[in-house]
Amino acid sequence: MNDFMQQALAAASRSAPPWLEPLQARGREAWSNTSMPTRKTEAWKYTSLQALQKTFSAAPTQAAGSPLGDVPLPKLSGPTLVFTDGHYRADLSTTELPAGLRLVRFADATRDQAERIAAALGSAILPGRHVFAPLNDATLTDGVFMDVAANTRIETPVHIAWLTTGQNESISVTQRLLVSLGENSGATLVESFANTATGGTAFTNGLTELLIGRGAQLNHYRLHLEQGDVVHIGGVHARQEADSTLNGFHLALGSALKRIDLVVNHQGAGAHCSLDGLYLPRGTETVDYHTCIEHAVPHCTSRERFRGIIADEASAVFNGRIHIHPQAQKTRAELSNKNLLTSNKAEINTKPELEIYADDVQCAHGATVAQLDPLTLHYLRTRGVPRDEAEVMLSYGFINELVEAVEQAELQAFLKPLLARRFARDSRLTRHIL
Amino acid sequence: MLKIDNLHASVENKAILKGLDLAVGAGEVHAIMGPNGSGKSTLGHVLAGRPGYTVTAGSAQLLGQDLLTLDTEERAHLGLFLAYQYPVEIPGVSNMEFLKASVDAVREHRNEPALDSVSFMKQAREACKAVNLDQAFLKRGVNEGFSGGEKKRNELMQMMLLAPKLCIMDETDSGLDIDALQVVADGINAMRSPDRSFILVTHYQRLLNFIKPDRVHVLSGGRIVKSGDHSLALELEERGYAWLEDVA
Repeated sequence: MNDFMQQALAAASRSAPPWLEPLQARGREAWSNTSMPTRKTEAWKYTSLQALQKTFSAAPTQAAGSPLGDVPLPKLSGPTLVFTDGHYRADLSTTELPAGLRLVRFADATRDQAERIAAALGSAILPGRHVFAPLNDATLTDGVFMDVAANTRIETPVHIAWLTTGQNESISVTQRLLVSLGENSGATLVESFANTATGGTAFTNGLTELLIGRGAQLNHYRLHLEQGDVVHIGGVHARQEADSTLNGFHLALGSALKRIDLVVNHQGAGAHCSLDGLYLPRGTETVDYHTCIEHAVPHCTSRERFRGIIADEASAVFNGRIHIHPQAQKTRAELSNKNLLTSNKAEINTKPELEIYADDVQCAHGATVAQLDPLTLHYLRTRGVPRDEAEVMLSYGFINELVEAVEQAELQAFLKPLLARRFARDSRLTRHIL
Repeated sequence: MLKIDNLHASVENKAILKGLDLAVGAGEVHAIMGPNGSGKSTLGHVLAGRPGYTVTAGSAQLLGQDLLTLDTEERAHLGLFLAYQYPVEIPGVSNMEFLKASVDAVREHRNEPALDSVSFMKQAREACKAVNLDQAFLKRGVNEGFSGGEKKRNELMQMMLLAPKLCIMDETDSGLDIDALQVVADGINAMRSPDRSFILVTHYQRLLNFIKPDRVHVLSGGRIVKSGDHSLALELEERGYAWLEDVA
């Protein structure tokens, strides 16, 4: 184990509920046997973990009572759970729940709930598929179990905000969410990740597991809004039963490093998943999305649309793997990744990775890398639009299709100005977009 | 309105315009005809300042101002409008957003007050109606998935909203069926006014049956080789261009 690996364990708080201890122990052991990925590891070829070569200490054992300041978070009408530095903040949360929905913190779980959680944790993660999952297990002290009863449709969105606050030292924070949707249920989940404006360095390890029952539909939005020195390594692992639907929307503004693995397992026929994603690193930031759709059964469909705008000296990675197993006949899978580089020093590494072992399937994929088209820019200018505004309109236009596809209206209203202002601070330049 | 003297321009180091002279008075409609490759489209692009089109000699003035030293958007602010032969598709930027940005920019430079959204919408809907485009086109991406005819009508709609001083129509008639041609011609005729001029770049005299030009010029080998009134267009229709090469 290298320094980071040992220190990450040493930093782990021991104040977990007793029923989590077996999971922690398994995690510690698995982490001890883990080799830290290097640039020679295929799945980490373009992303260096150099940013982890510094000292991260344990998150404070008490929640900071500080106000949040101007953290850009969506304001949604449903229940909201806020965590700062891994601690639940009752003072910032609203927990009025509609019938059929339970939000259980691990630390508060009853014995029955604890049994269900313990049995389900990790079950959506294929063995060896998430390098940092054992560390998450080993350091897990609290998390959230979102449980939607069968045949229930929850109309209001559930919002879980994972925040890190301004600290002088670098801290390490573990975040864990387990979601279970009963048969024929439906829900909308928004996860936001952000840090307070005062900064501080944090290593956050956020792991989300989605267990989507037969005929159920989950709309899952995962917004990575952290900025500055934050290093996030996390993932979403979904298991979909027959005829279920997962609609995922993923956003990553840049910070020092974000590596997010999205893995969807189709376990029952007739399941559908769509994953939309946007990544917008700038400065010297790095964002790395690795997606993997495991088509293990017949008659499933998947559609992925990822767009990235990479500015300055930033870099991004998109790796989209589609694995169609021999028995997964009649699979339809689509993957599209488009990238816009707005500087000569920006870097994108995009790779579709198709493994197809069934013969009766439709699979389409495409990746593009481009710069703002000079003739399109010129066309706007011939109509009097100033160059700087035209550039902002075209940059925003590049991602607009996916923003417009966000069905949750409150969230779309939050995202539009946030994203438009990503391309221009001057409101004169965004006035026609907003 | 427009005065071009001895204009030379090249594209990718290939000389296309070779000493073009043209003067268009206020309120006039001029037609520029000529064989393929004669430089008809190049003229419009050079005046609009398209990247890659280099002026090597000569001058062009619009309303007494040197056009060639201005940025593309400044030329538009001054009153130049080029209706493209092949309008650009811009997915992700809505027609409405694009039109509002254009109109706001142009009005700002004319020191006219900005239109509020309601008045703008009203004008945009009227323009849509005038060019026989469904209002749904306002919400779509700029020219995205539009048919050839729809793109041409979208150009015309932009022209109506921007109310330019000099309109260069680059083969606006190509690819239009007779009904669409009538719509476009009606739109142009409705915009004719004593302080607005038009240059109609076209292959065919067909358009000129609908819009009667004051002058007709033949562009060949990068220069105007013959000018006349409407009867010249009819003569060209009958005789083709070959006989003019001797003149050139």
